[in-house]
Amino acid sequence: MTLLSVEGLTRRFGGLVAVNDVSFTVSEGEILSVIGPNGAGKSTLFKLIGSFLPPSAGRVLFEGAVVSGLKPNQVARKGIVRTFQETTVFKEMTALQNVVVAHQLGVTASPLGTFFSSAAARADERRFRDSAAEILDYLGLGHVKDVEARNLPHGYLRALGIAIALAARPRLLLLDEPFAGMNPEETDRAVAMVEGIRKRGVTVLLVEHDMRAVMRISDRIVVISFGSKIAEGSPEAVRADPAVVEAYLGKDDETIGH
Amino acid sequence: MAASLDAIAGRAPERMGGVSRVLLTLLPLAAVLYGLIPVLFAGQPYWLNVMTNGAVLSFASLGVWLTFAIGRVNIAQGAFALLGGYVTALLSTLYGVSFWLCLPASALVAALVGAAIGWPLLRLRGIYFAMVTLSLTEAMRLAFLNAPGLGGGGILNIPRPAGLDTPLAFYLFAATLLLAGYLLVWRLATSRIGWVFRSMRQNEELALSIGIDVARYRVVAFAICSAMGGVAGGCFASLQQNIYPASYTVSDSINFMLYCFLGGLDFVLGPIVGTFGLVIAFELLRSIQEYQALLYGILMIVVMLFLPNGVISLFPLLVRRFGRGAS
Repeated sequence: MTLLSVEGLTRRFGGLVAVNDVSFTVSEGEILSVIGPNGAGKSTLFKLIGSFLPPSAGRVLFEGAVVSGLKPNQVARKGIVRTFQETTVFKEMTALQNVVVAHQLGVTASPLGTFFSSAAARADERRFRDSAAEILDYLGLGHVKDVEARNLPHGYLRALGIAIALAARPRLLLLDEPFAGMNPEETDRAVAMVEGIRKRGVTVLLVEHDMRAVMRISDRIVVISFGSKIAEGSPEAVRADPAVVEAYLGKDDETIGH
Repeated sequence: MAASLDAIAGRAPERMGGVSRVLLTLLPLAAVLYGLIPVLFAGQPYWLNVMTNGAVLSFASLGVWLTFAIGRVNIAQGAFALLGGYVTALLSTLYGVSFWLCLPASALVAALVGAAIGWPLLRLRGIYFAMVTLSLTEAMRLAFLNAPGLGGGGILNIPRPAGLDTPLAFYLFAATLLLAGYLLVWRLATSRIGWVFRSMRQNEELALSIGIDVARYRVVAFAICSAMGGVAGGCFASLQQNIYPASYTVSDSINFMLYCFLGGLDFVLGPIVGTFGLVIAFELLRSIQEYQALLYGILMIVVMLFLPNGVISLFPLLVRRFGRGAS
């Protein structure tokens, strides 16, 4: 079943076309990766899907309904939640507080009830706390849950970012370069983490520069270069695609150097 | 001890029961407002008025603290005090409306205007929002100065509130108002809503990404802040029995912000300590007329330099030191 469809998505910045008429679909339960050389328009595409940026043309459909044009928080409510590159967390909260506060979409108590600490509000709080502890344990952060985020070792911050996103109970999780800057050992753990997330019933769309981890983890891969889609298919098919090889290696002076 | 201190300062530990948290927070403040201050100043109407001023100004500062809590530097509180003051002044002089109805009306009008202005403006961040709110204070003054039918803007002979005939009675009312305001802001700050505010202050994009309607929470916080400014303005109009367009200027708006800074932004008690501290310091410095502003300025620089987290940050330090000495 198609969960997300991207139809003719285009974004211009002045004269520059950062994303040019890109279309693809994501099926429920799959891990789909969007890859491309630096500056290919991956990040822009990512922002367009999360509604952090309005498209110049084209649209995004989630479960058949148009979501482009909605605000990011409304898109999150529909079930599309993104992570950020690097270390975007609530720095002055503990790891646990970070994930508890990320449960706002699950609130059942009314604002007035929250203010007067009604039974529903207290039940919400208990539920959020339990769920946050479970998510942190699941991502291997249980032992640092009471550490303030700004004091956490760098390696934990990306996992905390994913924990925050999971707390919003996404149907589709958008991961922004989850393997960037990792050594092979860290990449192994991150790959296992992403596979685990899929097992929890969350569909994953990830954007990544580094191809190795992507080849291992993805069901399908979409390749973009200079803003346009140049290939789509299984990791094997994409790896063998001459257009992809050219985009990554071929005529690119910077990569090889003549 | 450290835990109870946190609670007093509005940073309640999470495992305490709701009622005991509220009591721990409220009792010391109530003891000072209802016990210490009336006992100290009962025979001195002048100082009692200073304390009344401190309490009402603190109430307005608490509102400003709430906008700090969502990550905005608000220099518009003078504008909403002016607006609330005029609402009370006009309703009571033109229509004979009771003070006790004027006050909620001031709150409502200020909240509505705050929400209407805040909706577009709150998108601005940092220095841009601060500058716009600063000019809002001036715009409000000019609006009342040039308002048709106000004849230059001043309204005199505003009736004093029924039942509050003595300075002590008005002080006790102001103290009660402050306590209620404190309870409101403390509860907001320690509830789930306070955590949402904190998340918005720390990273707005991340808050958006997890489904928090940042725009709506911002407007709510700003409207509550404006309402508190409006109530304070209504109180002062009635207390001083007059209001002019120049009753609140940019410097008043800046003062509200400074009270929060100096008291400490980490604590709900901060704006109250900051306001009383500066209001009292200002009175004590009155005797040295020409150097008053200079000393006031130096005092503020010293506090900002050595206590960047506000005067309140001294308390836990002192307790820790004495606690260690005793054991």
